[in-house]
Amino acid sequence: MANSASPEDNIVSISNLSFSRGPRKIFDGISLDIQRGKITAIMGPSGTGKTTLLKLIGGQLAPDRGQIHVDGQNVHRLSTKDLYALRKRMGMLFQSGALLTDMNVYNNVAFPLREHTHLPESMIRSLVLMKLQAVGLRGARHLMPNELSGGMARRVALARAIALDPLMIMYDEPFTGQDPISMGALVHLIKSLNTTLSLTSIIVSHDVQETAAIADYIYVLSEGKIIGQGSPQELQQSDSAWVQQFMHGDADGPVHFHYPAADYLDDLLSSK
Amino acid sequence: MLQFLQNLGKTTRSSFAKLGRASFFLTHTLAGINEVLARPNLLFKQMYSVGVLSFLIITISGLFVGMVLGLQGFNILSDFGAEESLGVMVAASLVRELGPVVAALLFAGRAGSALTAEIGLMKATEQLSGMEMMAVDPIKRIISPRFMAGFISMPLLAALFSAIGIMGGHMVGVGMLGVDDGAFWSQMQASIDFQEDIINGMLKSVVFGFVVSWIALFEGYDAIPTSEGVSRATTRTVVNSAFSVLALDFILTALMFGDI
Repeated sequence: MANSASPEDNIVSISNLSFSRGPRKIFDGISLDIQRGKITAIMGPSGTGKTTLLKLIGGQLAPDRGQIHVDGQNVHRLSTKDLYALRKRMGMLFQSGALLTDMNVYNNVAFPLREHTHLPESMIRSLVLMKLQAVGLRGARHLMPNELSGGMARRVALARAIALDPLMIMYDEPFTGQDPISMGALVHLIKSLNTTLSLTSIIVSHDVQETAAIADYIYVLSEGKIIGQGSPQELQQSDSAWVQQFMHGDADGPVHFHYPAADYLDDLLSSK
Repeated sequence: MLQFLQNLGKTTRSSFAKLGRASFFLTHTLAGINEVLARPNLLFKQMYSVGVLSFLIITISGLFVGMVLGLQGFNILSDFGAEESLGVMVAASLVRELGPVVAALLFAGRAGSALTAEIGLMKATEQLSGMEMMAVDPIKRIISPRFMAGFISMPLLAALFSAIGIMGGHMVGVGMLGVDDGAFWSQMQASIDFQEDIINGMLKSVVFGFVVSWIALFEGYDAIPTSEGVSRATTRTVVNSAFSVLALDFILTALMFGDI
C-alpha cells in the first residue's frame, strides 16, 4: 500500500483501479491513498489520465475494475442521492474554472449556497464576501466571467469550490497557462486554504516546481501505472531514471526525445 | 457490398443508441419539471430568452405571410367572384397550418439553434460537469426549465403568428384590394370553428413545441464538446426539427382533418 497511514487517516482510498477508453488502457490496476489534511499531488505527463482520475474519484466516470472509497464510502456503489450528498463535501476546481457564464462573480460563488441551503440572502452575502475575500477578489464581485483573466477565473472558481466548506478539494491542473504572479497567488492560496480550512487537497498537475513546493506527498503516473511516489524530497532523489527525467524536465531519457524512426543516416540517403 | 452492409449496420446501431440516449434524456428532463414548478423564476428567465426574444421574428414573419396570403387569396378567389371569403381563406390557412408550422420552423431557427449552441458550449466549457461536481443535477437545473419554456412559448408564438397574419391579410385584402370589411370578418367568424380549427391548430403547436425543444436541448447535451461538434449539433437541430415538424404536421393533419 502507498502511504504508511492507517485506513482512517485516508480520505480517499483507491484499490486496484482499472479504466479504459475504447481499446486504450488509461489505468491498469493502480492503488493509492490520499491522507486526510494533506496536500497530495498526482503528477505525470499530459495524457496519462490525471483528470480522468479526478472524475473517477468524483463519480463522474465509473471504473472497469477496482474500488474508490471517499470518506469511507464506495463512490460507485452509491445511489444518485447519496453520491450528490457526498459531492457536497467535495470541491473541484476545473482547469477552465467552469464558471457559469451568465452569472457574475458574486452569483457564481453564491450558486452552491442557493442550491443547497435555505440561508437568508443576508447570510449568503456575508458568506460569499468571506469566500471572495479569501481569494482576494471581493472587489471583483460585480464582474462577469468574460471580464476576468484566467488566473482570476480560477480564483473565483476556488471561492465557489470552498463555498460549502468541503472536506476536500480536487484541483485539475491549477497552474497551467498562468503568468508567474497568478501562479504564485494560486500556490499560496492552495497551501493557505488547506491549512486554515483543515482541508485535504488533491492536485493534479505536471508543473513540477510549483506542485513540489506545496505537496506533502506525490504520486507519479505514467502509462496507467504509478511509477514513483513519496515526498517531494524523496522523489528528487529517486533511483528511477523515469522519475528523474520527469522531476528535472530532461529532454531525453527513458521517454525519448525522438519518435521511433529508422536510422537517421539511412533515412537521409534513401530515396524513398 | 460487404462494406455497404457494414456501414448500414453501424449507422443503424448508432441511430438506435442515439434514440435511446434521447429517450433517457427526455425522461430525466420531464422528471425535473416538478423542480421547475417549485422555482418559477428559473422558468420566467428562460421564457424571456426563448419566447419573448422570438417575438420580433414571429411578428414580422406573420405579418408578411398574412399579406402574401391576402394577395394570392384575392387573386384566386376573385376569379370565382368569391373575394368576400378572403377572411375565411386567410384565417383557415393560418390557424390550421401556416401558424403552427411556420412558427415552429422559425422557432427552431431562432430559439432552437440558440439552445443547442448554449448547452453545447456549456458542455464544452465544463459548466455542466462543474455543476454535477457541485451536486447540482444539470438536467434538472439547466435543461428542464428551458424545455418547459419552449413547450409553453411555442403555442403562444403560433397563436401570435396567426393573429398577426390575419391582420396582414386584412391589411392587404380590405385596406388595399377593396374587399368588404364586414364580409371579411363575418365570414371568418361564421366558418372558423373553435374546436375544429383553433384548438387543433394549438394542439399541433404544442406537439411541435415539445419536439423542437427536445431536439434542440438533446443535440446540445449530446454534442461533441468542441467548436466543430457544437456547430454540427446546431445544424442538426435546425435540420431535424424542420423534418420532424413537417412530418408530424402531415400525421397530425391526417388525424385531425383527414379521413384516412
